[in-house]
Amino acid sequence: MEFLNTFIKAAFIENLVLAYFLGMCSYLAVSKSVNTAFGLGLAVIFVLGITMPINWVINEYLLSESGILGVDLTFLRFILFIAVIASMVQLVEMVVEKYSPSLYSSLGIFLPLITVNCAILGGSLFMVSREYNFSNSIAFGLGGGFGWFLAIIAIAAIREKIRYSNVPPALRGLGMAFILTGLMGIAFMSLMGIDPAAFSNG
Amino acid sequence: MAETAVKEKESVFQFGKKERKLLTDPLNDNNPITVQVLGICSALAVTSLVYPSLVMAIAVVFVCAFSSLFTSLLRNYIPKSVRMIVQLVIIASLVTVVELTLKYLNYPVYKQLSVYIGLIITNCIVMGRLEAFSMANKPWRSFLDGVGNGLGYGVILVAVGVVREIFGKGSLFAGSPIELKIIGPTANYLINTTDSVMFGWYANNNLMVLPASAMFIIGIMIWIQRSYNTKLVDVS
Repeated sequence: MEFLNTFIKAAFIENLVLAYFLGMCSYLAVSKSVNTAFGLGLAVIFVLGITMPINWVINEYLLSESGILGVDLTFLRFILFIAVIASMVQLVEMVVEKYSPSLYSSLGIFLPLITVNCAILGGSLFMVSREYNFSNSIAFGLGGGFGWFLAIIAIAAIREKIRYSNVPPALRGLGMAFILTGLMGIAFMSLMGIDPAAFSNG
Repeated sequence: MAETAVKEKESVFQFGKKERKLLTDPLNDNNPITVQVLGICSALAVTSLVYPSLVMAIAVVFVCAFSSLFTSLLRNYIPKSVRMIVQLVIIASLVTVVELTLKYLNYPVYKQLSVYIGLIITNCIVMGRLEAFSMANKPWRSFLDGVGNGLGYGVILVAVGVVREIFGKGSLFAGSPIELKIIGPTANYLINTTDSVMFGWYANNNLMVLPASAMFIIGIMIWIQRSYNTKLVDVS
């Protein structure tokens, strides 16, 4: 049940976008329409869900002192993590290009830029600093991705509607997106008091 | 064209109008955060105090400047297909240098910044400038572009930090050697007169300590900037 706890915690209570501001670049740039936001959100769930366990294995068995090499290689952590992420994103790019060319063209530059989506690397680094075990790292990856997905869908829907409102010209677009994200962050904070254990213990 | 090439050979480190523009453009007209929308990711959570945001800003300037320099030096030898990975490796090694240096110099701040130092790697501004500028320009100019963009980013970071710390904690530079108390009952600088404490009634605004307030502050900054600089306004 720890799996479910971590999932809920990562998705709602410690939402990567709204509580930690990770993955903001693509979050702000791709949230103009719900359709593209949906595609990007799915890609992020996939990449986060798959890189997290891989990075866990690398960190535990290759880099730490108790690993197979027996040397403390943690200073290589950044380089190895980012290499894993970059290759996974390359894979996703190839798959999306093959099976959904329309999504591929609408995501454009932001698909390869998932590599530099802070939510992915940030997730892996949080996983290390919080000392999750293997199953928890999977749950954290999927949950974090799901939380990111929810946040980008929500802001895209709001931005689609707000286009018809009378916003001051200087605040239109980007400025409004920032303020909306701030408001959403406060709304999500109301979930902070929830104890995720309550879900699993009934 | 040939003439300019000869000129540039004469002095590699020239500092003319163009070079100055590289430095000052990112501070206003082409600011990484408020105009290019790059690099918001990693740093907003560290701006609740000025001191960590200042450290973060310096780290970003360093990484931005030197990754631009190295990428530009190597630009003719990097194959197109693997350029992202090469760039990331350059950035990641520089960030590792920064991380270890900070860990040695100032452990409390290192602890406070936690994963956000590592996240400079995925700070879109670094990578974005490498891709957009350094891959096509000479080392010296790329270096200046890196410094300029790092500064443009740092300025916003520190400005947000100042607002959040004054209104959220009533202090400035908390945690650093020159900690100041600006407002609130325990103020000891600037607004404190000898026998009465002005603004002693001020209670800390907890909203400003929350990360969400950084979004409001940047939103308002964008609003102000675009009211003065109307050519930046979104038409759509």
